[in-house]
Amino acid sequence: MSLYKVTIDNIEVEVEAGTTILNAARKIGGKVVPPAMCYYSKLEDSGGKCRSCLVKVSQTSATDSRPMPKLVASCRTMVQDGMQVQNTTSAEVLESRKAVTEFLLLNHPLDCPVCDQAGECHLQDLSYEHGLEETNTEEERRTFEPIDIGDYIKLNMNRCILCYRCIMVADQLTDKRHHGVLGRGDHCEIGTYIQKAVDNDFSGNMIDVCPVGALTDRTFRFKSRVWYTNPFDAHRECDKCSGKTVLWLKGEDILRVTGRKDKYGELEEFICNDCRFHHKDIKDWILEGPRKIERHSVISQNHYENKSTSGDNITQ
Amino acid sequence: MARKILLHDIDVANLTDFNVYRNLGGYTAVEKMFKNFTPDQLTEEVKKSGLRGRGGAGFPTGLKWSFLDKKTDKPRYFVCNFDESEPGTFKDRHIGQLNPHQLIEGMILGSYALGVRTAYVYIRGELFYVLKIIEKAIEEAYQNGFLGENIKGSAYSLDLYCQPGAGAYICGEETALLESLEGKRGNPRIKPPFPAVVGLYGCPTVVNNVETIASLPWIINNGAEAYAAIGTEKSKGTKLISACGHINKPGVYEIELGLPVEEFIYSDEYCGGIRNGNKLKAVIAGGSSVPILPAELILKTAKGEPRLLSYESLEEGGFETGTMLGSGGFIVMDDTTCMVKSLLTYARFYHHESCGQCSPCREGTGWMENILRRIDTGKGSMKDIDLLVHIAKHVEGNTICPLGDAAAWPVASAIRHFREEFEEHIKLQQCRFTK
Ligand SMILES: Cc1cc2nc3c(=O)[nH]c(=O)nc-3n(C[C@H](O)[C@H](O)[C@H](O)COP(=O)(O)O)c2cc1C
Ligand code: SF4
Ligand code: SF4
Ligand code: FES
Repeated sequence: MSLYKVTIDNIEVEVEAGTTILNAARKIGGKVVPPAMCYYSKLEDSGGKCRSCLVKVSQTSATDSRPMPKLVASCRTMVQDGMQVQNTTSAEVLESRKAVTEFLLLNHPLDCPVCDQAGECHLQDLSYEHGLEETNTEEERRTFEPIDIGDYIKLNMNRCILCYRCIMVADQLTDKRHHGVLGRGDHCEIGTYIQKAVDNDFSGNMIDVCPVGALTDRTFRFKSRVWYTNPFDAHRECDKCSGKTVLWLKGEDILRVTGRKDKYGELEEFICNDCRFHHKDIKDWILEGPRKIERHSVISQNHYENKSTSGDNITQ
Repeated sequence: MARKILLHDIDVANLTDFNVYRNLGGYTAVEKMFKNFTPDQLTEEVKKSGLRGRGGAGFPTGLKWSFLDKKTDKPRYFVCNFDESEPGTFKDRHIGQLNPHQLIEGMILGSYALGVRTAYVYIRGELFYVLKIIEKAIEEAYQNGFLGENIKGSAYSLDLYCQPGAGAYICGEETALLESLEGKRGNPRIKPPFPAVVGLYGCPTVVNNVETIASLPWIINNGAEAYAAIGTEKSKGTKLISACGHINKPGVYEIELGLPVEEFIYSDEYCGGIRNGNKLKAVIAGGSSVPILPAELILKTAKGEPRLLSYESLEEGGFETGTMLGSGGFIVMDDTTCMVKSLLTYARFYHHESCGQCSPCREGTGWMENILRRIDTGKGSMKDIDLLVHIAKHVEGNTICPLGDAAAWPVASAIRHFREEFEEHIKLQQCRFTK
């Protein structure tokens, strides 16, 4: 494999040919990493849709010193040798990202106070970093009634940003797809036609890949704000998946089980519904220790940092 | 009279019948092709003709063909884009309905040049009656040995199918078209890869517009030089213009590229002037997606030169004072037209047709429609105008496919050229035109 040299916000990095700009930026880490609301490295063909990761290519390659004419989606654009990219160093990028955030929030209900995703929501993070202080819009928002899809999953379409990740999970992880996008434009909706039709062993991962509170865990519904629960790495013997999860505890009660997410909010491994929904007794699990949450979310940071480093929080 | 290449025989009775078309010299280009051209030579010939894609983007056709990935041993496909749904554009229908064999003959020429064994005509679902005509013509072409195995005793075989869409403008975008043709939801694909490498069913594919393809028989019969002799330096040949709106003679006209816009609007050979002797106010020259121009800028460029119907002349002045030839949908508005209402109509269309895949277009199109509706109903405020400009600016260039641009340009250009009218609408809280 040939190695390509790429410069992102004046920092140089070497990556293999075929790497996207986003993944090159992730290799550098820190502030140069563009926010990614739809891309998901473990889902084939994901990305390109939300446009939050737009960057400026100020030099196409070592042999072509021209800039690319438009901003490009960093999650879907491959690096070239000698490419120069601007993320936070480009005013144009930051302005566009602000606009994308505005678009994503246009029809969003802003119901964080009653949303189970609050505290671990990527849209919340994006808005904090790139949102406007005051809204430009006085439009009525499009609304849908929340529905149950499957026994364990609640769909609140009002919050959906149509990243298509859940559909890719259904397509790529489960043997039979039960839902997809219906309709067109801003009246698109995640649909199953037959409500509660999603039923298979890995469907719960749709909750974990959803960047917002559109898909939430019905077994966790309104039980607690996430920042009042303590995340613990745990595992169990499972014949369907690795059994490696995070338990979200209050005292000794397991309020929720999720997969383990990396610092970009992506699952390290997909877990099965059995582990996720049917083992809510602490005796079912071998606890490994507090989970360090690496997310830089403005809202969640303090809570997570304090609790996960204190060690004895299981009895708090 | 200007030379007619596409519409030469269009008034002949029963032209849709194979025999009528054949007796007028139809399918001789296919015979000539087998005699005189290898596939690569045919591609060269089309390159030499200077033919540019008539679907809107004006990309050189021969060049596009030469990008087709010939290294893989996968099958290749040739697809005719007959989704024609752009408001103001109705030229492809004219060919399909009245002269389907011209299109089929062009499909055979293109398929041969590209080494294609299976080709498709993807037709807009609402044009079901045209689909019937094309299917009958395809059947006749099979019966007469111009389609199927070993065409006219050659080693070359080709199957041609006609497939209707299901009512979506976005399926005219070539990669959405391919998704739809594969039986999927018509979402545009993220490019690269381009269809020339990964197209229909993952195989190398060329997509061309109906008019592009229908121009091929004449080029092969008369030679690339003859075609290139028509038109201007950068715009070769003839172009169909579908003219509509406030003119005396709406219809589909074939022009030699480079015709002055003024002549096109006012001469009796074409539009025959503005209805009721009214004054010309504005023109959308290339289908609803291109920037609108006020009368003075569509008749003359900012430099004061006569504006011509050619790619380069319409683009003269960039987006500040120019526009684009686009698909050739020529929409004329007289001085009774309200620019706010007219723009609202287009905004509503793009909102309705956005596939919803990417956030700027999905959200921005509806937002712009809402604001325009507010202004139209007298509830707008002055800051709405700047908000529209802001939204259009951030939809443009930031989307997966050009529908986002197509939604933004009409808004940006209408405000650029007719801002006072928007302001007046807001001040009066009503429309001066509809009273
Ligand atoms: C939203 C959208 C709609 C389009 N609709 C059509 C159409 O109806 N017919 C067409 O030929 N091209 C259409 N195009 C352009 C096609 O993507 C493509 O460029 C064209 O078919 C190529 O053919 P050509 O090179 O012969 O022009 C559309 C593009 C976009 C972005
Ligand atoms: S429900 Fe969630 S995962 Fe699915 S498309 Fe909407 S935002 Fe994405
Ligand atoms: S620009 Fe609009 S139509 Fe094109 S992919 Fe994005 S949402 Fe769909
Ligand atoms: S993460 Fe790249 S477009 Fe959504």
